[in-house]
Amino acid sequence: MSALAPRSLFAPATILSRAEAQEIAQRALTNSPAPETRVSINSSARADTRFALNQVTTSGENSDTQVTITAYDGNRAASVNTNRLDEASLAAAARQAYEIAKLVPPNPERMPELGAQSFPALQERVLSLPTPAERAAAAKIVTELARKNELIATGFIECRAGASALANSKGLFAYDSSSSVTMTSTVRSPDGTGSGWACSDGNSFDELDPATLAATAVQKARDSRSPVAIEPGRYTTILEPTATGNLVQLIVGAMQARAADEGRSFFTKPGGGNKIGLKVVDERVTLVADPDDNPSTGGGFDEDGQPLQKVVWIENGVVKNLNYDRYWAQKQGVQPTRAGGGGFRGAGRSLRMMGGTSSMAEMVKGTERGVLVTRFWYIRPVDARTILYTGLTRDGTFLIENGKVTRPIKNFRYNESPIFFLNNLEAMGPSVRVNASENLGAGGAVFMPAIKVRDFTFSSLSDAV
Amino acid sequence: MTRSRRDFLKAGATVAAGSLVATSPLLANPARVVPPLADVPRADDPAIKALMQVAIDTARSGGASYADVRVAARRQQNVNTRDRIVQGVSDTDTYGLGVRTLVDGAWGFAATSRLDKDSVANAAKAALGQARANRASQLRPVELAPTPGNQVGTWTSPIEVDPFTVAITDKVAYLLAANEAALKVKGIRNVNSSMFFLREEKSLMTSDGSYIVQTIYRTSPSMTVTAVSPDFRDFQSVQGNEIAPMGLGYEHVTNSKLAEHAPRWAELAVQKLSAKPVEPGRYDLLLHPSNLWLTVHEVIAHPTELDRALGFEANYAGTSFIAPPKDVLGKLRIGTDLLNIVGDREQKGSLGAIGWDDEAVKPVKFDIIKNGMFVDYQTTREQATMMADYYRSVGKPVRSYGCSYAQSWADVQFQRMPNVSMVPGTNDDTWESMIAKMDKGIAIVGDGSFSIDQQRYNGQFAGQVFYEVKGGKIVGQLKDVAYQFRTPEFWKSLKAIGGPRSYHLGGAFGDAKGQPGQSNSVSHGCVPSLFQQVNIINTGRTA
Repeated sequence: MSALAPRSLFAPATILSRAEAQEIAQRALTNSPAPETRVSINSSARADTRFALNQVTTSGENSDTQVTITAYDGNRAASVNTNRLDEASLAAAARQAYEIAKLVPPNPERMPELGAQSFPALQERVLSLPTPAERAAAAKIVTELARKNELIATGFIECRAGASALANSKGLFAYDSSSSVTMTSTVRSPDGTGSGWACSDGNSFDELDPATLAATAVQKARDSRSPVAIEPGRYTTILEPTATGNLVQLIVGAMQARAADEGRSFFTKPGGGNKIGLKVVDERVTLVADPDDNPSTGGGFDEDGQPLQKVVWIENGVVKNLNYDRYWAQKQGVQPTRAGGGGFRGAGRSLRMMGGTSSMAEMVKGTERGVLVTRFWYIRPVDARTILYTGLTRDGTFLIENGKVTRPIKNFRYNESPIFFLNNLEAMGPSVRVNASENLGAGGAVFMPAIKVRDFTFSSLSDAV
Repeated sequence: MTRSRRDFLKAGATVAAGSLVATSPLLANPARVVPPLADVPRADDPAIKALMQVAIDTARSGGASYADVRVAARRQQNVNTRDRIVQGVSDTDTYGLGVRTLVDGAWGFAATSRLDKDSVANAAKAALGQARANRASQLRPVELAPTPGNQVGTWTSPIEVDPFTVAITDKVAYLLAANEAALKVKGIRNVNSSMFFLREEKSLMTSDGSYIVQTIYRTSPSMTVTAVSPDFRDFQSVQGNEIAPMGLGYEHVTNSKLAEHAPRWAELAVQKLSAKPVEPGRYDLLLHPSNLWLTVHEVIAHPTELDRALGFEANYAGTSFIAPPKDVLGKLRIGTDLLNIVGDREQKGSLGAIGWDDEAVKPVKFDIIKNGMFVDYQTTREQATMMADYYRSVGKPVRSYGCSYAQSWADVQFQRMPNVSMVPGTNDDTWESMIAKMDKGIAIVGDGSFSIDQQRYNGQFAGQVFYEVKGGKIVGQLKDVAYQFRTPEFWKSLKAIGGPRSYHLGGAFGDAKGQPGQSNSVSHGCVPSLFQQVNIINTGRTA
């Protein structure tokens, strides 16, 4: 540790231990006047460093614990959340939740609280976070390489550690802790004609690889200078793993069983019912949420306290599961889904698209004319009936001609659905971890392959670099 | 026993009157500094002010040339309903302190939710440590534009009814009545409605002598209705987003009259099922302010943020086509003479209204686009100094426009947009009169899908309801409509705008930017605007 750096506030002690979480939960439950109570605790710490124009511009640290008390009076419910953890405040929050709950009409869809659950122990992890000096040093690896190449680096390092717990008056107690880190950088040419991007993602600071990240972003910035315009249209397209993740994760967000059954989803079957058991994409596509992909110290659980389990959403192109909450599962006579809430628009904390064996070089070599995409940006829904999204390519878009990457091209806007292009699949690479969130924050674990698809629809050109 | 607010103030005053020492029973026990939830402390409590002074003193004695500290108590309430069911009622309350230090021209920030003397001092020390570590790669030290300093004052959103004093039963009844009105329309299968309220009490102390206390309210009622075709082959939704979030109190909910509007939105959703798919091509396009506010937000407000123009947002939110500053300031024509845009934090009821920004700068109303020409960026104290040479050359003072904001006590402040609004025309035109003047084209109400590139050139925007207009009359609905454009050409196709009577405030409750991402709330005033021969695409495809 550098002598410059004080000990980070993000020592593991700032994250609630299992015993501390249990103690807070017990105090909240004991002081609750409601017949039934749920306590949800989220303890988090964040350390981040931001750089731009080849220097660190700011960095920050914070930590906080939020406690949400949900009071039930029969089928009436209300929640109060506070970050004041003293006994009086928790008691006041519980009272307030109960007072509000008594005023709310009964919810006939309310499911009873679960009793004690059994959680499998997952991988142990030390929840340490880096010091400001360690983060600044990582940033400097990128900024120095950019400077040496007469380029301009901008980027972000975010490190998070957290613990969450769920308890209720029926004896349930669940605890989980985890950490995640991410580093991303966009390197641009001073004349504003070239831009390259790269990311490094993991669960601990040691997993980051700033040197490889810097080399990739710098090389892309150099290669992407002075792009030429080519006509919009349908192109054979190679999506790097981040670009694949940007769009493929959108499928999972659309897999709510209730919306499908009620006719408000791509997964609605024309005429009624849903598409479970139907083939919707190429048979090589398998999409899973697996707790082992984002392991933590305590074993994962969902918002109701159910232990997480591996969920296969699509297997060999066929819809295997839709996301059933406990109410809708009971109504439909099936088991509730245990992928957990949170990331990926409600589909859990991890997502993996199973990969293939093709390398990027092989995919390029076998392409007569096509487009290579680094990542997508400003991805927004256009039509829920087809999971159609729009957005743009960004930070490294290249033309492939006769088996070679020949030149940088101007960015495109697309109007596409992962359902469409995964039906046009030609090749897949190995699945690797990427940061596929648009805000590039640390969070869930996304594993995606590079893929090659036919007839990807680019609808217009963008002048943005 | 619940401590009353009076007890808390009494205790706080006692501490403030005496010396602030670690042995103070109040400060030694953070739990007692912060009263129970039902009795959130005011940001101007003397005990809190004394703690803020601890942070400033620690920062200054640790080598900071400048420091500021914010304490915020933020309360939010959500009421969500679906069809005839209340899905959730939740109250969220968060309270804490953030401190920012400037050491040898480098920033550092740290925050804590523990409001006792030791924790606050430790946060200040942590912020100092951040700043020292960040000097390692420094190329240009931070300089701050001057302010008058010693800004002392209070400001409160101009509300009539505090939403947190309104009974939950009233709120629930209001939403369920609106849902019922929509569900009466045949073909409606799903209705969601909600209310969201925010109250943030925050105080800011700076090392140059300012002490500001503000109470900000924001209120957002909303509703979405969905119609499903009998054969389950189509579904269409309409959001009632003509009702924008506002910086007002519960009176905004009451005035929104959701139950009165709901049947109309429901009918529109049902009609959309059988609407004609749009034929792609170029059309004259009349945009209602409830649609245009979002376009203004994305293609004018964001690219005129100076941090984007200089490259600070390149890794996430992007840069700007209105750059580099030396080439565009006072030189770049963005639209026709009809286009006038101002930055304004004073507009009553707007989401971005405040008395001072998070650097204790009192914002002013300023021109961003004048008669179609770009004339200035949005700035903070740090950013204004980066433009010092330009400002001096044109005789403008080097000063911040008051655009510094942090979403909470736990986040560092940085450049965020104020309300960025169109200036109405000098005519008497309204939405209806402009439709009557249209020969053939499309008129769009409400905002929908929106996407824009990282320099804000290529935009694709949709809406809620798309009307086909022929011979000055609406002849039916269209569907699967989106307009695509290149920003400079778009504003140069602006042919007519409405007058003051047609002015309408749209708004974004959660506008994301920065790393880590932060959320800002802003309003955008607009008038109906007619654009010539805009590219319309059909977004419908078959799965």
